[in-house]
Amino acid sequence: MYPSNLRYTKEHEWIKVEGNFGTVGITDFAQNELGDIVFVELPAVGRQLKSGESFGTVESVKAVSEIYSPISGEVAENNAKLNDAPETINKDPHGAGWLVKLRITNAAEVQGLMDAAAYQAFISEKKDH
Amino acid sequence: MSAPVTEQIRKTALNSVHRRMGAKMVNFGGWDMPIEYSGIIAEHNAVRKAAGLFDVSHMGEIVIHGPGALALTQHVTCNDAARLSKGQAHYSGLMTAQGTFVDDILVHRMGEEHFYLCVNASNQDKDFDHIAANNQFGAKVENVGEYYTQLALQGPKALQILQRFTETPLESIKYYRFLHGKIQGEEAMIARTGYTGEDGFEIYFAPEHSEKIWYALLASGEPDGLLPIGLGARNTLRLEAGMCLYGHEIDDTTTVWEANLGWICKMDKGDFLGRGALAAQWEKGLRRVLVGFEVQDRMIARDGCPVFAESGEVGRVTSGSPAPFLKKNIGMAYVPVAMNVPGTEIRIGIRNQQAAARVVPVPFYKRKK
Repeated sequence: MYPSNLRYTKEHEWIKVEGNFGTVGITDFAQNELGDIVFVELPAVGRQLKSGESFGTVESVKAVSEIYSPISGEVAENNAKLNDAPETINKDPHGAGWLVKLRITNAAEVQGLMDAAAYQAFISEKKDH
Repeated sequence: MSAPVTEQIRKTALNSVHRRMGAKMVNFGGWDMPIEYSGIIAEHNAVRKAAGLFDVSHMGEIVIHGPGALALTQHVTCNDAARLSKGQAHYSGLMTAQGTFVDDILVHRMGEEHFYLCVNASNQDKDFDHIAANNQFGAKVENVGEYYTQLALQGPKALQILQRFTETPLESIKYYRFLHGKIQGEEAMIARTGYTGEDGFEIYFAPEHSEKIWYALLASGEPDGLLPIGLGARNTLRLEAGMCLYGHEIDDTTTVWEANLGWICKMDKGDFLGRGALAAQWEKGLRRVLVGFEVQDRMIARDGCPVFAESGEVGRVTSGSPAPFLKKNIGMAYVPVAMNVPGTEIRIGIRNQQAAARVVPVPFYKRKK
């Protein structure tokens, strides 16, 4: 279910690291919890983000969710296609529904994130409560 | 001080059905209720275009009957219950002595001295206590919510779907009228009322028939586009239709005049709780009034967001949401009376920004008849 080439946070973001770049989105669990997503606010290209910093919001009909950067980096690209099609996050949260691409400034931070198995265990625990 | 009593979460007779159907559940005013099944947008638009089935059994029911029932109903509510004929219902306010809302309710007249009140789930005990405390008329007051399942079947195809399950000619039930008939062979009260801005029915029957009737309606209506609807879409539907929600647009600090509900307040019917205060406020003039607004850009106003004019903060959003059918971001807010003019420009504080918005007429959505 959760791709093994991604790393995950407790706030339900994922990051896919390729070289010096990391693509960030929200997980399938997060999009399902939110329901129909209707609005996305993304950071401008060039913005410097620290690990754990809030960089935008994803809103569903019912709720607003802040998005936190899994690691430190500079925003290299944002997914402007989501402005007109925010529901892409519901349909393909780990793919076309990506939010930003970061130029990674501290690669070591990736080691502190969960792998797919750990994240799966983390959300199973949440579902039981 | 005594320790707070932890109340057990309440469940409707259809609770396990909702869970089996995969609904997302939430604690709504102490009730474990479905917030969505297939998604709020799909559910909302199903009600606008076809039909939707809602379990609203969390709603409370209170019966006032016997000699003094009319006098008591007249005393505690602001609409004129004497004008109701048997088999007719109206929207009304349960009043405090200050002319504010204990609750907003539907009053059904079952007989000369027999009224059936449909009240908000989280207010039912408070409403019952309030009515009982003001019963100097000798009427009988009973809290009967647990004896009823209430389903709402709403949307342009609601009538044709429900008609398959009853011999009662539904077309003969006019808007805000009701009668007693049978659905799937079981005794039911069938009312042409609703909270969506669409045509439809609210039906009340004994809880033991809940699963049978729920599944029969859903299966029969599926080819018509009928979907089960959760509280999420119930809220967006009522908001598009410009209807108030207790705890948001109205509460025990707001009056009918402020909430644009003057049409449910009959000052000429004789004395009632809060009438003096309402007369005084009318005389003195209002300070604030409820308006509808549309956000001009893509941002979504939410409940509690501050409303700004040139003079600074002037009010708060009472309900704000995307409107799935209109595809706009809408809301309602209390603002100074002078701003109650369609086209007036306001700004809504959303996180650390101010979004441009404009006052618009309510309801936002009106069905074609």
